[in-house]
Amino acid sequence: MSARLVRGARRPWHAVLGALGGALILFLVLPVVGLLSGTTLADVRAGLEHPLVAPALELSFFTTTVSAAVVILFGTPLAWIIAERRGGGARLLESALKLPVVLPPAVAGLGLLLAFGRTSVLGALFARLGVGVPFTSAAVVLAQVFVSAPFYVEAAIAAFRRLDADLLVIARSLGAGTARVLFRVALPLAAPGLLSGVALAWARALGEFGATLMFAGSLSGRTQTLPLAIYAALESDVRAARALSLVLVCIAFVLLFAVRSSERVHGPGPGARP
Amino acid sequence: MTLGVELEGHVGPLRLRAAFDTTRGTVVLTGPNGAGKTSVLRMILGAVTPERGRVRLNGATLFDSERDVNVPLEERAIGYVPQNYGLFPHLSAAGNVEFALACRRPALSREERHGRALDLLGELGLANLVAHRPHALSAGERQRVALARALASEPKALLLDEPFAALDVGTRRKLRVFLRERLERLSLPTVVVSHDAEDARAVGHHIAVVEDGSVVQAGSWGELARAPATEFVRELTLERERAP
Repeated sequence: MSARLVRGARRPWHAVLGALGGALILFLVLPVVGLLSGTTLADVRAGLEHPLVAPALELSFFTTTVSAAVVILFGTPLAWIIAERRGGGARLLESALKLPVVLPPAVAGLGLLLAFGRTSVLGALFARLGVGVPFTSAAVVLAQVFVSAPFYVEAAIAAFRRLDADLLVIARSLGAGTARVLFRVALPLAAPGLLSGVALAWARALGEFGATLMFAGSLSGRTQTLPLAIYAALESDVRAARALSLVLVCIAFVLLFAVRSSERVHGPGPGARP
Repeated sequence: MTLGVELEGHVGPLRLRAAFDTTRGTVVLTGPNGAGKTSVLRMILGAVTPERGRVRLNGATLFDSERDVNVPLEERAIGYVPQNYGLFPHLSAAGNVEFALACRRPALSREERHGRALDLLGELGLANLVAHRPHALSAGERQRVALARALASEPKALLLDEPFAALDVGTRRKLRVFLRERLERLSLPTVVVSHDAEDARAVGHHIAVVEDGSVVQAGSWGELARAPATEFVRELTLERERAP
């Protein structure tokens, strides 16, 4: 009786909150609906046959795989070191690492050009070795690593900090050295969190546009990734742009779904029988 | 084979002072919750560094603030079973024991490790549970797996934190007997933390009472009962007499 009264009293508020939330959902979903509406399967098939599409798909798959591998290789040890520390230095480093997330893509692209371009110290060094970084597939990977690494490192720090510190102490008390503690206890236990970080970073690298355009250009087969190909295709064939966009939406959704699922696995922790 | 402990340090706002040794057998650290018993164990283990003091095990110095000795945790060879047993949730019962064997006996092959783990678990009555993950085991079973794992690491001393706290009454009674017999047979220097008088009596004859971070009294039950130093000690000895 009283529960019904309370619920009744809340109803007008629920309606207001629901309307506001619903409006936002509508706004967020509308562009995706736009992509889908009026697109037939034949359109998608025709769009995917556009000459820009196949090289872009291949390049995006190749570069995001490499950049994800780079991010995991360098990001995991960094996250482990930061996770162990909670002082001012660690906090400062964590904030600095998030900078690429909020940096305008144009600024990131310009920064990468200035750091690795022919006029820079690093660029000159590479040039003497006969390697020019800007406007190559390597530049694509660098731009992707720059924008996606923070997502992985942040997720990995959180995953390592969630670990039961007692388990690491016990592993050491049994005689395990740092490598064994890391590879046999910490990494397996943090794996769900690390994987969700990889998925987020991968999705971000796949969507990378601005920094890639400035630092790597948009050469089909060399630096023109999926997002750049969409932009280029828009000038000649809207169907191709639509088809590629749908491909990206699907991949992004699958990756986000993977993140959610791994969080669910991670969430409640190992159940205990009384 | 003795463990000698003399420690001073801070854990949060709590100032810890503890001194005892295992010359007269298993030491039971008892006292109210939050008195600092677990912190004392972790200092002996080497997971927390005390500010001052000494830890000596069988003549070897593990920690000495004056001589600047602090043997790292992984080299102390002290078996530790925490209150929640601390089993690795991603490994089976056998996997947990094999982990310890792999640390101490790297020369053993995978098959030999597995064989030894099965032997050890069988000895503790867990032969049919070796493939189970910790979450599929009861609290009593988990405790025995944790003990098997600690023993697999060939420890020179044992630290058990509230070994009975998570158990129901029946299991508790059985495990008290089991643990006392085990400890007697192992004759390893052992420190057991327990806030329960009856549990404390079941496993050890030498009691060290910790209150507000300090060992306020240490001795046999008789010595404690004859001249209780604090109200808590007096009630503890009365409680012990009332126990069946």
